[in-house]
Amino acid sequence: MILIHCPYCDEKRPEIEFANAGQAHVARPLDPSSQSDEEWEAYLFIRANPRGRHHERWRHVHGCGRFFNAVRDTVTDKFETTYKAGEPRR
Amino acid sequence: MSGFRLETGGRVDRGQSVQFSFDGKTYQGFAGDTLASALLANGVTLFGRSFKYHRPRGVMAAGSEEPNALISVDRGAGRFTPNLRATNVEIHAGLNAFSQNRWPSLKRDFGAINDRLGMFFPAGFYNKTFMWPRSFWEKLYEPAIRKMAGLGDAPTAEDPDTYASTYAHCDLLIVGAGPAGIDTALEVMGSNKRIFLIDEQDELGGGALADPSLWPWLERSRKALIDAPNVTILARTTAFGYYHDNFIGAVQRLTDHSPDNSDSPREKLWRIRAGEVVLAQGAIERPLVFDGNDTPGVMLSSAAKVFANRYGVAVGRSVALMAAHDSGWHDVFALAKAGVGIKAIIDVRKDVDSALTQEADRLDIKVYLNHSVTGVNGRHQVTSIQICNNGDNLSARMDCDTLLMAGGWTPSVHLWSHSKGSLAWRDDIGAYVPDQPNENVRCAGACSGDWDFGSGAIIDVLPTLKDQSRIKAFVDFQNDVTAKDIKLAVREGFRSIEHIKRYTTNGMATDQGKTSNLNGLQIASTALAKPVTDIGLTSFRPPYTPQTFGALAGHAKGALFQPTRTTNIDGWADENGAVFELVAQWRRARYFPKMGEDMHAAVNRECVAVRSSLGIFDASTLGKIEVVGPDAAEFLNRMYTNPWKALEPGRCRYGLLLKEDGFITDDGVSARLAPDRFHLTTTTGGAARVLNMMEDYLQTEWPDLDVWLTSTTEQYAVIALQGPNARKLLEPLVDGIDLSADAFPHMAIREGTICGIPTRLFRVSFTGELGFEINVPTAYGRALWERLMAEGARYNITPYGTEAMHVLRAEKGFIIVGQDTDGTVTPFDAGLDWAVGKKKPDFVGKRSMARPDIVASGRKQLVGLLTDDPNVVLEEGAQIVADPRQPIPMTMIGHVTSSYWSEALGRSIALALVAGGQGMMGDTLYIPMPGKTHEAKVSGMVFYDAEGARLHV
Repeated sequence: MILIHCPYCDEKRPEIEFANAGQAHVARPLDPSSQSDEEWEAYLFIRANPRGRHHERWRHVHGCGRFFNAVRDTVTDKFETTYKAGEPRR
Repeated sequence: MSGFRLETGGRVDRGQSVQFSFDGKTYQGFAGDTLASALLANGVTLFGRSFKYHRPRGVMAAGSEEPNALISVDRGAGRFTPNLRATNVEIHAGLNAFSQNRWPSLKRDFGAINDRLGMFFPAGFYNKTFMWPRSFWEKLYEPAIRKMAGLGDAPTAEDPDTYASTYAHCDLLIVGAGPAGIDTALEVMGSNKRIFLIDEQDELGGGALADPSLWPWLERSRKALIDAPNVTILARTTAFGYYHDNFIGAVQRLTDHSPDNSDSPREKLWRIRAGEVVLAQGAIERPLVFDGNDTPGVMLSSAAKVFANRYGVAVGRSVALMAAHDSGWHDVFALAKAGVGIKAIIDVRKDVDSALTQEADRLDIKVYLNHSVTGVNGRHQVTSIQICNNGDNLSARMDCDTLLMAGGWTPSVHLWSHSKGSLAWRDDIGAYVPDQPNENVRCAGACSGDWDFGSGAIIDVLPTLKDQSRIKAFVDFQNDVTAKDIKLAVREGFRSIEHIKRYTTNGMATDQGKTSNLNGLQIASTALAKPVTDIGLTSFRPPYTPQTFGALAGHAKGALFQPTRTTNIDGWADENGAVFELVAQWRRARYFPKMGEDMHAAVNRECVAVRSSLGIFDASTLGKIEVVGPDAAEFLNRMYTNPWKALEPGRCRYGLLLKEDGFITDDGVSARLAPDRFHLTTTTGGAARVLNMMEDYLQTEWPDLDVWLTSTTEQYAVIALQGPNARKLLEPLVDGIDLSADAFPHMAIREGTICGIPTRLFRVSFTGELGFEINVPTAYGRALWERLMAEGARYNITPYGTEAMHVLRAEKGFIIVGQDTDGTVTPFDAGLDWAVGKKKPDFVGKRSMARPDIVASGRKQLVGLLTDDPNVVLEEGAQIVADPRQPIPMTMIGHVTSSYWSEALGRSIALALVAGGQGMMGDTLYIPMPGKTHEAKVSGMVFYDAEGARLHV
């Protein structure tokens, strides 16, 4: 069972306290109605599936409840880093 | 010597005799014996039948790597454990063990015919043979094969034992309490580190238990460790898996060895998080591959030493050794010292260390260098062996009752590999050893490849004069895989060891190839003429040894499998005969049958009561979220399809929640209590999901909004009062709220008190009748319910359950998200256009409502269905077709989502998702069901009181 560092609690906690919330840094368009079908499709459905470094969102759902971002290696399953929502991509 | 018990020696307690039974026969052993050592001491050589060929098998090893001597233990009703290794089962008074995979008896096994037909059962035999006809596989071939080829019987009764589990944390975890593990613990013992030392055996010591010269050291060390306050010692505990971040799973066996303690849990699962791990798991001796190497009486030389020195048992009276490694010689010398008769040492090597040959001379043991064993005679016990000079090919027969094998050593890198540490190949020992760690872990002792066993030759199959295609030289003893099978796999084109493994099943038995993987690799390497490192290595996966499901499940079974959520009123429902159903994790009353009523009768009565007078319903499970803050209205306006900003305090609104893809995900009535405060309700099953979704948008998309979300589901008990007499019952009980129709209209909320209890009183209806939902602090739920029941008697107040609730709402065409919708239904598909704020510039899911797929025609839409025969209640989930005469497979245009008998209408009603359904009003559709195809007309979704006259009173 992986230990995940919550950047808000600043503690490493067992993964059962957390829930994955999909790819990180997929911002909701500020004005969705101005989006073309193709742009909206890309926002809704198109996601990266990298081998290696992957930017993900996680939620410390059974802890502080905050969403945060993480860089996880999809091959080794190791977390490289975690950081608060809103901080620049690492 | 009594039987095969040596006069002296061993660690068994000779003063404590233990009586046990094997295959119904009674034997005597000593406390400290395993089933294997005790049976060997009694002269038993035949322990079981092999998996595929039903060949007689004895004991090959002395530890958990044993592939042959698998037995079942019966501890009474429901307590039957198959496939235990006799070498790991400690004997105790009353132990009741059985051999496996034989019929009618171990000695006369009918299935042994397979052995004679062996040439017809090569690798891939099943795949090649039982191909046609296809339908025979499931009904004939597979059951027959499973009956013939197999291990012990699976237990059939429910396991009555209890199992404990715990989490533990330590600075240093040492796996394996042999000399290397104990030394590590002694070194660190003086620090302030919390140390765990775990070992699968009943005693600490590992290999030292078979070396009497180390016993004084072992005794001193053990005492020091037991006395150290920072060292936790867990014996009989198998570390079965190594997971991320130094998380180790281990199972401790608590009572199987001493059934007197059968009140305690049988086993305990330890989940250990360690700062650092030291693996000291030792190494496993490798068998040699030659014709007949599976005959009872052929065993690992190290095992013979363990039986002699640890258990005081001679494995035979006339013992020969087939060696490719120095360690076998040392074992045989130790056996000679312990009083075991040694016949000869045969070594495949031309030269060995002269110190070995001198010692053999001194002990008067005959030595044959550059020789192979090429055959074994005897069926249930070795009677003689055939040895052959590899130089001049001269063959001779040698009488003996036991043949030891010394094929070198394989470091136990199982847990290391679970942890994803890399391995490096060492040519000198012909084995993989730990290389780069992936966690904070290191290996100590033999499992790292460091040992003082001497050196040896790496040999895949012993040289023989015989036709290789006619001999049975076993590689994987438990799965009956021979060298020939592996060579066949290579000839048939398999190149990777992963494929060879799966084709031959080498290493795929319950021992996971502990004694066979390296030999299989060497044979494949030779057959492919490629270095071992070029053909790969199969993965090591948990568990290291098989573990019980009971230990892994722990307490999480039966009622404790998952929590059951109950409301404050649940106890009343229970006492009043409710029949319950689970909704999400909630236990909800489904209906309240009176004497002699079935569900149909009870539900009809409950529905009639609501429509004619008064019903009472426990709605406490509804999800509730308190939304507070200056931007609360703006937030809800962005989340829900409906407009919220203009909603006045004191009013309610039906909220429809979409996902960003435009599909309905939840709904519920919500109230505005104040400009900055809303009381949201969600579906019972959707509460957590909705809160998570709202938090997601609030935290990550709109962090600028000043809003707080709090789950209040469990803070309120909610009692729904529905029916024409609802107001009459409430009026005398409520203070501070004017209940008149003008002052308190439908879809409004008021705060006040009821029976003195503070309440948020909703005037809402999920039944189409005049209705109220009374929210009070949870602890008052049952008290208020009982008061309402008492006061309501004059109106024949009737408790109703979820089933009646479903009927009542369906009569009004109210949808249930998740029943009438399935994650692909838009507000338009569901006929809920009115709930979508057309003028709103944005809300979650709005843009998707203009997606090409969503605006396309022919989407499945919710409609009502009225069967031509009013007495037919369609099956929920039944498929719908436009033309029942079309050829099969028919084109299905939709399905029934909700279907009930409506007592109010005196006929059946149904809701259905039908492609283009909203344009089919009045059309006839067909619903094929078992026995008959039914006809139904498409209708609107509101079947009862379409004008809503009953609501606005």
